[in-house]
Parts: sequence; structure tokens; C-alpha cells
Amino acid sequence: MVVDGIGASVKRKEDLRFLSGRGNYVDDMNRPGQTFAHFLRSDVPHGKINKVDISAALKMPGVVAIFTGDDFTGVGGIPCGWQIHSKDGSPMVEPRHPVLAAGKVRHVGDPIAMVVAETKQQAKDAAEAIVLDIETLPAVAGMTAALAAGAPLVHDEAAGNVCFDWHIGDKAAVEAGFAKAHKVVRLDLVNNRLVPNAMEPRAAIGDYDVSSGEYTLYTTSQNPHVIRLLMGAFVLSIPEHKLRVVAPDVGGGFGSKIFHYAEEAALTWAAGKVKRPIKWTADRTEAFITDAHGRDHISTAELALDSEGNFLALKVNTQANMGAYLSTFAPSVPTYLSATLLAGVYKTPAIYAEVKAVFTNTVPVDAYRGAGRPEATFLVERIVDVAAREMNMDKVEIRKKNFIPKEAFPYQTPIALQYDSGDYMATFDGCLKAADYAGFEARRKASAAKGKLRGIGISTYVEACGIAPSAVAGALGARAGLYEVANIRVHPTGSVTVFTGAHSHGQGHETTFAQLVSEQLGVPHDMIDIVHGDTGKVPFGMGTYGSRSLSVGGSAMVKAMDKIIDKGKKIAAHLMEADVHDIEFKDGKFSVVGTDKAKTFGEIALTAYVPHNYPIEELEPGLEETAFYDPKNFTYPGGCHIAEVEIDPDTGTVGMVSFTAVDDIGRVINPMIVEGQVQGGIAQGIGQALLEHAIYDESGQLLSGSMMDYTMPRADDIPNISVGTEVTLCTHNPLGSKGVGEVGAIGSPPAVINAVVDALRDYGVRHVDMPATPAKIWALIDAYQPKMAAE
Amino acid sequence: MPQISLTVNGKPVSATVEARTLLVELLRDKLHLTGTHVGCDTSQCGACTVQVDGMSVKSCTMLAVQAEGASVLTIEGLVNADGSLHPMQAMFREHHALQCGYCTPGMVMSAIDLVETHPEGLSEEQIRHGLEGNLCRCTGYHNIVKAIAAAWPLMHNKALPVAAE
Repeated sequence: MVVDGIGASVKRKEDLRFLSGRGNYVDDMNRPGQTFAHFLRSDVPHGKINKVDISAALKMPGVVAIFTGDDFTGVGGIPCGWQIHSKDGSPMVEPRHPVLAAGKVRHVGDPIAMVVAETKQQAKDAAEAIVLDIETLPAVAGMTAALAAGAPLVHDEAAGNVCFDWHIGDKAAVEAGFAKAHKVVRLDLVNNRLVPNAMEPRAAIGDYDVSSGEYTLYTTSQNPHVIRLLMGAFVLSIPEHKLRVVAPDVGGGFGSKIFHYAEEAALTWAAGKVKRPIKWTADRTEAFITDAHGRDHISTAELALDSEGNFLALKVNTQANMGAYLSTFAPSVPTYLSATLLAGVYKTPAIYAEVKAVFTNTVPVDAYRGAGRPEATFLVERIVDVAAREMNMDKVEIRKKNFIPKEAFPYQTPIALQYDSGDYMATFDGCLKAADYAGFEARRKASAAKGKLRGIGISTYVEACGIAPSAVAGALGARAGLYEVANIRVHPTGSVTVFTGAHSHGQGHETTFAQLVSEQLGVPHDMIDIVHGDTGKVPFGMGTYGSRSLSVGGSAMVKAMDKIIDKGKKIAAHLMEADVHDIEFKDGKFSVVGTDKAKTFGEIALTAYVPHNYPIEELEPGLEETAFYDPKNFTYPGGCHIAEVEIDPDTGTVGMVSFTAVDDIGRVINPMIVEGQVQGGIAQGIGQALLEHAIYDESGQLLSGSMMDYTMPRADDIPNISVGTEVTLCTHNPLGSKGVGEVGAIGSPPAVINAVVDALRDYGVRHVDMPATPAKIWALIDAYQPKMAAE
Repeated sequence: MPQISLTVNGKPVSATVEARTLLVELLRDKLHLTGTHVGCDTSQCGACTVQVDGMSVKSCTMLAVQAEGASVLTIEGLVNADGSLHPMQAMFREHHALQCGYCTPGMVMSAIDLVETHPEGLSEEQIRHGLEGNLCRCTGYHNIVKAIAAAWPLMHNKALPVAAE
């Protein structure tokens, strides 16, 4: 019997080093002979570089070298990994993204020069001595300004600042739905721009070994193989066998550490020039103006309903901010990761969406926890709530009436996706019960007696993750495969090392994956090590994002272990002189069916490496297998989140009273870790709904550019979070798991805003854009003019 | 450049530092105690929290020279000689109060100060308020609050008083 296998809340292996200060993050590492880099960055949003004078800076103490954009003329640009085509069939406008700014700077934070010096402080001091002659150009910070006639252009080749103008769905069917509608509900929504703010700022060390000609990049990445591919093949022309990328312990990612950043290429390239390691660590201010931001969509949604409240059609028009350059996966976020989710959990028969992607003089925008799915969910769940109110229907009833029933799976939506499994009524009813929805009116009255406005908000969601079937993703514009890789190395004494292409930056893979291996091979948890984050050790991999580690990476492990077991059976059959078809593997033992003859996993492993009595003619020695797993479909976690808030009408302050989630994420390996993932995602969702906002002024300066200005959720902003699960299994991967990393951030923002609007029901408030700050709420309450009795 | 002497995790150390060197830079870059992390430039995140003469301090807001003669305790110094964990470390593990681990050392140091300075007991509200100076982006704080409440009785050798409503 496996005690630390699937379903056990095993305490985490990685905790001991993190709790005792022995983690190994990039900034903790130092290489012999190391130098330090500092990047001089643009402080203007848009400008023409007339001259970068480094002559005085070169004479500063400790300076080793200074590089500017001109030094990178023979080097490729930072590539984009996803190509979208516009309605007219033309490919998106894809301007060159130079490693260091060439000719122009396009956002505050755009790197202009890299100073390499003996110490960090010397590099900073020397950067101050660089003399810049930059002619400031008119800039566009917001999408409305960027799309206005005659607006300044971020890139000359992108007319009207449009990157692409894309659509999906059956427009005629939607028009027909609207033509027969009893009621059309229209809502304008802003999905606020966010800064991911993983607690560990990005850091990297470029290293070059003169004798072998091998480059090594140590970097804070969620996907070191992807960085090797993008940087090696597209930017620096270094073949894979001469380029190693190491992502050791990484202090949170949330999407922001997926992307290939200019600093990684600059440091690697320059290490080859100065022939010494070069280390760079972002400070938080630098993170705010260089890490890819998230969200930033402006949408108009229209929902057509019949007189019974059945949804007939949904029409959405979205503008999505790309920032100044196309980040690695940016074009996929508002399109295939968002618009395709507009059906949500509902059987809306016709959907049509248009997305215009816009360049602005701001930091690039890309995937942030949920990536597109929170935007779609916010839109759908807000308009459903508005529709319920305007149809005089109960918000529970309107949802139940429109849910895709559990008998309908596999369910083909009208916009590309086919959901394999789910039971939305089960998560919905489970969450209503767990949140004591029935008892809410009494709690509202109790709050009212204290002078507080209490509201309850429901959100349901489905998301598409487990990214992704390569052929499908390729047809939609992905420029890479999205399989995952596992190598399982069984050692002679039966211990196991697993090399996975997935990357752990908080998810607890070293524990969860060991549970998976323990379950399947019957090897004790402490005899299993998980290795990740090093292209020099792991054969290949696509990394961790899109809640894919278990459903895709774990499935690759299952496949590799199947091969191990198959080979083990052949060895066992030989040792026990039985037919291989009569060998059964269970609980760590190979036995001959119907007899008491058995060999332990360890005995088979030893035989594989000491093949004295071995079918050497038919079978190679050794016990190590590699598998690539390419998923057959996306996975579709779904569920229900309920938020309860209390507003102080005197101050507009929104207090989170409680938060309840019931999610269907398929099979759960470690319930403790799952609960933590959901709670963390919900805290980020509450942050988006109530606190966080990356604000640019009209000129393109980031106003909320530090943790003093950008409101991060703190312990007293977040309530206790109740997490439950209902399970329907994923039907197309061997684990039945769907993914959990993003569900919290996807389901929670509309639940919070629905609760805020519910609390303000007596103040004529129809919608509140995020974040619902005290100033915004107070102004709504203050502006309310009660209708007189005469009306 | 100034020469300073202080005690770090019970051991005397001396170093030559620039006048502008921060305590956290001394710990990380000179003494190679990399368990103390830097998460922001504005003293908002608390990842760099250590104890100086028994009080929790954000080591990014203190110059190294200000620690002259002081006794500094970092996350590395919490582990007992036999390798066993401080009760706060143990409860963080027990209650899954860490994910990526980056905020963890500072969070643990702040939490210890919070428990030590509240011998009369700690309500959930007090714990949440007491963590105002420490940011965590992974956990949503739920399990950190649980871990601190669980560490209180272990550190004070008595049951945590139930807060009067």
C-alpha cells in the first residue's frame, strides 16, 4: 500500500530548505570572476535617441564594458511566440523588439545601455555618467488615445497603432439571436491593468566558458527550455548544445517569468564578449517598468435573452493593450485564451467576438495568472448578473436555467472549444451550501443594523488549461509544440530520479510529482527526487504555465513509468521463467499471476543494471525511460465562487467578509497543495477586484510604479478562504486531472464585484469597474439621488 | 571605508563596508547569508526582515554601520544545532504556509516577533494586522495566519487564549 501516493496531503519536501534560508534563488548564486550589470533605462515614454555618450562613464571606477543598442546590430530581436491573423487574413504587425533600444525608446523602462562593472554599485554609478540625448516624442499611453485619428505611432509600420483586428464566431447566427431577443443587455467593462509582482524580482547571470565555448544563463524562468529555444535560435544564434539555461528556485512567477526578456539575451551575449560572468538583479522599481503586465482590456458586451431568461446570443467587442512590443505569448491572451471562453458554463448557442490589439507606449502586456480566462469570466459573470436584475430574475435561477447540463458532455461550444467533462450544477449547489447562501438575508439585516451595506456575489466559471494539444495550438498560431517531457531514471538500488520539463516556482512539484511516482511505481516518497529547471539535466520541456504541470507534465511521467513497468515485466518474466503476459505489477511488486512468485521493484532495478541473468539478446540493460506527452485537448476546470462583502457607506471601504470556492479540477494528488493554490489565486483575484491597478498618466509615466503606490493585497485585506472540490475526471489524460494553478484568479474577481454591486443595490449602481476602491465606492454613494416618492 | 563588528547568529563577525551599504547587503553579499531576501526598494514587502537585538527590523532600511555592536538573528540562525526547526518554522511547514519560499524567511522572522511581543494572546485579526509589513503573493495568507496561531502555544508553552468577542 502506498501511503504517500495520490490523494494524500503529504508535507512538502521543498519546505525544509526554504524555511531554513537554504533556498537557491538566482540572486543567491555567484559565479567565479563575476561582474555586475546595470541597465540604463528610458525615463521618457517615447523618444528618438540622438546620442548615447558613454565616454565619461567608461572612465568611471570598476567599469568593465558598456554596451548600447548599436552593439547589437547583428543580433536578432526578441521574438513573439504566437502569430494571430486579422479578419482580412493579414498577419499581425510584428515590429522588431531590439535587445537594447535602437533608434527609439518606446516605453519608460526600455533599456538603452548596459553597464558591466566589478560591483553592483560601480555599475550604477557609471550608468549615471552616461549622457543621453533623447528627443521626446508624443506618446500614447491608453488604448483610446492610441486608436484616435492622427494619434502618434508607437511603430511606424503599425498604422493606427493596431497590431491585429481579429474575430471569432458566427456573426450571422448572433445577429439572428439578437433579432428575436425579448431583451438585450449591454455592458461596458474595463479589465484593469495589473503588475504580477512575484515576490522575487527577476534576476539573471550570463556565463561563458572560453574553453568549451558553452554559454550558461541562470535565470528566473518558468520555462528554461523555452528560453533556450527563443534566445538561442532567434536572438543570439547559439545552437542548443552550446547553450544551457538554468532556472533554480524561482520565487513566484504567475506568468511574468514565462517570457523571454531582453536582459537575458543581453547578459548572455555580453558574457561572451567580456568573457566573465555577468549578474543582474532587478530592483522592484525596475520590475514595475520591465516585467510584462497583465489584463488591460476594454470591452463592450451584449447579451440577448428570450422572455424566459434563456441566453440566445452573446456579442463582444474588446480592445486589448499589447504595450510597446509583442511579448512572448501576448497575442494569444485576448484571443484564443479569452474569446474562446465566452460561452463560460452556459449553453449560449451563438457567440461572436472581435478583438483589436493595440500598441501603446507602455510596458508589454502578456499572460498573468489566468491569462485571458479571467477577462472572459469577468465579462460573462458580470453581464449575467446585470441581465438577472434587468429581467427581474433571481441570479441563482438565471444561472441554473442556462448551465450546460452534465449529460451534454462532451460539449461543443459555438466558439472552437469542446469541453470534455464537468458538472456545473454540482459545484454551484456545493458552493451555495458551503457559503450558506440561504442564510444571507439574515446576515444582510445584521449588517444593516450596524450601518453597513452587505452584499453577496456569485461567479461560475470554466477555463481552458492543460496547455496544449500541439496541432491545435499550431493551427491557432503557436510557433512551438506544447507537449511535456519526462525522463524517469531508476537507479540500480531502486531509487528514482525524475527529470521533468515542468518547472516549480511555488507549486510544490517536488512533493506532488513524487506522490505520483510513488503511487505508480510503489517506491517510497523519500526514495524519489524530482529534478527540474536545468536544460543541462532535463532532456527537454515546455515549462509551467496555463495550469499544465500535472495534466501535461504529470501525464508524461505516467507514460514514461508505463514504459519502465513494461520493461520491468520483461525482466521479471525472464527471472521467474514465466510468460510476460502473466506478469502483473502492483504495489511495487512484479508477480506471476496465480502464483506466489514475485520480484520487488528494487530486485528488477538491480537486475537491469547487473544483467548477469538477463534476456540480453532481446533487451538492453538499464532502467531509464523518456516520454513526450502531447495532450489531446485542453482541460476544463470549472466551479463556483461566492464572495460576501460589507461596505462602510461613510468611507466607501469594502471589507471582504468571506470567500467560498468549490472547484472541479479533476483528480487531486495533494489536497493540501491544491487548497493553497486556490487560496493564493483567490487572493490575487481579490487584489484585482479591490486593490490593484497599474495606472499610466496620459504622458505614459507609470504612476503606480512601486509597492508604495501599487496596492498589493496584505493579510488584513483577505478573509479566510473556504475551499472545496467536486470531481469530474478529465477524460483524455491518464490522470484525470485538469489543473488548479489559475482557477482562483479566474473565478474570484466577478464574485467580488457582483457582491459589491449587490451591496450597493439601493444606490442605483449597475456596475463598478475594478478595482472597487473606497474613493470609487464613496463617489457612487455620494452621487446617488434617491428617487422621490412621487415617482 | 568603515570597519564594523557585530554578532550574527551568535558568531562574532567583522567587515569593511561602504558607508552606504545596507544591513541586508552585508548579510547577503559579504556574509553569504542568502536566506534573507530583498523583494522591494521601499520597505513595503518585509522579505528582508531579521531580528536586531531582539526586535524585528527590515534589513533594507538599516545601514550596516548602524548594526555596529548589535546582535543580529537571521533565518539561518533559527535552526537548532541538532537541525531541528524553530516552532514557527515547523508550523509553517505543517500548515503549508509557504509556496515559492521567497517571502518566507522574512515572514517567519516577523511572525516570531509578533508572537513574542503578544504573550497575552493573539486573535486572528491581530495576526492579520501584525503581518501588514510582510507581503506574500502565493498563499493568500490563510495558511500563514493558521501557522502563526499554531506556533503561539508552542512558543509560550500554554494554550492560546480564546479572544473575547
